[in-house]
Amino acid sequence: MSTTGLNLKKLWVPGIYVIILVFLATLPMFGSAYSIIFLISILMYVILAVSWTVFSGPTGYISLAPAAFFGVGIYTSATLGNDLPFTALIIIGGLISTALALLVGALTLRLRGIYFAIFTFGLVELIKHTLLWYEVKFTGTRGRFVVVIDNETIYYALLIVLAVLLITAFIIRRSKYGLALQSIGEYEEAASHMGINVTLVKVLVFGFSAFFMGAAGAIMATRWTYVDPYIAFYLLFSFMPVLMGILGGMGQFYGPIIGAVMVTYLEELLLTKFPYYYMLIFGVILVVAILYLPQGLAGLIEKMRRRYLGGERART
Amino acid sequence: MHVLEGEGVTKYFGGLAAISNVDFYVDQGEVLGLIGPNGAGKTTLFNLISAALIPKPGIVKYKGVNITGKKPYKICRMGIARTFQTVKIFANLPVFDNVRVGSLFGTFLKMSPAEAEKTTTDLLEFVGLSDASNIPAKDLTLANQKRLEVARALATKPELLLLDELMAGLNQTEVAQAMELVKQIREKGITIIMIEHVMRAIMNVCNRIIVLHHGQKIAEGTPQEIANSKTVIEIYLGEQTNAGS
Repeated sequence: MSTTGLNLKKLWVPGIYVIILVFLATLPMFGSAYSIIFLISILMYVILAVSWTVFSGPTGYISLAPAAFFGVGIYTSATLGNDLPFTALIIIGGLISTALALLVGALTLRLRGIYFAIFTFGLVELIKHTLLWYEVKFTGTRGRFVVVIDNETIYYALLIVLAVLLITAFIIRRSKYGLALQSIGEYEEAASHMGINVTLVKVLVFGFSAFFMGAAGAIMATRWTYVDPYIAFYLLFSFMPVLMGILGGMGQFYGPIIGAVMVTYLEELLLTKFPYYYMLIFGVILVVAILYLPQGLAGLIEKMRRRYLGGERART
Repeated sequence: MHVLEGEGVTKYFGGLAAISNVDFYVDQGEVLGLIGPNGAGKTTLFNLISAALIPKPGIVKYKGVNITGKKPYKICRMGIARTFQTVKIFANLPVFDNVRVGSLFGTFLKMSPAEAEKTTTDLLEFVGLSDASNIPAKDLTLANQKRLEVARALATKPELLLLDELMAGLNQTEVAQAMELVKQIREKGITIIMIEHVMRAIMNVCNRIIVLHHGQKIAEGTPQEIANSKTVIEIYLGEQTNAGS
């Protein structure tokens, strides 16, 4: 194979990302108000799904904590929104989520498999009810009003957070720490005997992924004007990233991205076209996808690519 | 000074002493064999050395430094590498990456990515897996998976290598190849402790043998001494001969 062919192929994929990013960046200039609102929810879910996959994809630790980190971000905006600029809210929301993730991770990442999933699930409920108790007991109200910010600003904020996430996630995946995460997922015990500080790697990456969930929460809170613990710590925000990751396929970097886009689009489409059967159809599609696409949409795409491009991708 | 030294190493699982009050040492360049019936505590002893378990009581010293209670990744970086009785390869990763992990994380002075790749390539050639470097590790035969584990352990640049039943489940030809591999590793100047049931291999490559039974050290000596020891023949070799005839 010639080196130019290789270089072109290397540029091809980042090229597509850049084109999409430029398109999205210029969209508010010509897109409708609806398209912006729709893209806001897509971007939000892409951030959640990609950041979830950074940790849970390679390690196989199924975290159901996204709603907790997302909710922490939401409450950061809700409590500090009047006093701090938007950018500060986003960063602080992310940092508080990271701090929570580091604490929780250090305590629980020795739990394997289903125990970890259940603990993280419980974490969302725990925070929700603790917060509810606090609000009722000390502030005397259940919910809070959040500073309103216009959709275009929200859209750009999400886009910037997503761009930062994609770049760092890509770097991690390609670095030796990406390999360490995969080894942990394959055989944690062996990984620790190969010189990998498994606890540290797991906790740090878990914290990293929480940052973006928290940042997304801090941004999204400003769109909802009113939040209470039930809205902020809604378990659907935990399940959706998992679903999107699995449906999109975690083997490829773009898997959770298409997963998130497809699911959000599907949800919107079904909700508007078939409001009564929406959940039913959604469920059927999911069941079929899980049964017939074990590697997700990305797996299907890779399979077709291999079929049409012949043996070009085979390296041996 | 001994490369590795254990004093009064003991480990209880509940009320059962898996290893009780075992003293051992291994010197630079030596191949130490560890034999004993199933359940004698051989793998437990490996786990205690590589820090998968912590002895209580007892201490393990590596090059004179007490390493009891250190984390496995630290033990590995200090220069003790191991393989596993039941292979624990990274099944879905390519063979190449399995070994690369070792060289990227397991070495005392971290290698650059380029150095790590070079080491990996060399080691795959050393164990004879160069042709398989891009296939997923799970697609290798058992013998090759075991060789892969050896390469992965060697990638961490160990001074002491623990081989846990490298030859179990291999056929005659593969056993011969594995023995050859052990000899080559010894020639690199790496000290080896090996658990093995294949007597031919043990007698052939080891300088010294320790026999464990019910968690206790019952004999220690050169292969000849062990082969002629009455106690050993009674509880271990004798059993085998009878079972074999």
